[in-house]
Amino acid sequence: MDQQTTNTVEEPLDLIRLSLDERIYVKMRNDRELRGRLHAYDQHLNMILGDVEETVTTIEIDEETYEEIYKSTKRNIPMLFVRGDGVVLVAPPLRVG
Amino acid sequence: MLFYSFFKSLVGKDVVVELKNDLSCHTGKRRVDMDSCCRIAICGTLHSVDQYLNIKLTDISVTDPEKYPHMLSVKNCFIRGSVVRYVQLPADEVDTQLLQDAARKEALQQKQ
Repeated sequence: MDQQTTNTVEEPLDLIRLSLDERIYVKMRNDRELRGRLHAYDQHLNMILGDVEETVTTIEIDEETYEEIYKSTKRNIPMLFVRGDGVVLVAPPLRVG
Repeated sequence: MLFYSFFKSLVGKDVVVELKNDLSCHTGKRRVDMDSCCRIAICGTLHSVDQYLNIKLTDISVTDPEKYPHMLSVKNCFIRGSVVRYVQLPADEVDTQLLQDAARKEALQQKQ
């Protein structure tokens, strides 16, 4: 029986498979970011993330000085299904410094 | 079909569906207050789901900003799968080990 049971990394989705049960960083549309533990995904990049922190970044423009003020809002969600069409990037969590 | 099966296993549980249509572009001097931004999240009991991940919820209530009085009388709703951004799930109803194994199988199936 010709069955592909390879565990080698061949295509980009295989890279995501390596991250199952690991914490990942997900960049989404509308200036949103998620950090959580990957429990499931599919070819559409629908995902189930556990212990998630969502960061929404907004830019306020001061009417007088016209300066751009970056504001970010975070919230925590214990278990989250994410629809794949909002996903832009999937990566290991970013380590700052 | 992974997530279709997954949601079928959650029928009867309470979930919060967050929609995509919260196009909130906050500019100007006003301070962004997330509590009053137009984020539409619907809390309800999962009644059914289909292969497109369309969702039927019963006994719904609009969470967060109750700025949408036109939903006050609505008890049940059908949500097109494509407008869903997130579905918040009860963590203790989710078997993470099972999910991870299923995701690995699904990934393998996709490659064939």
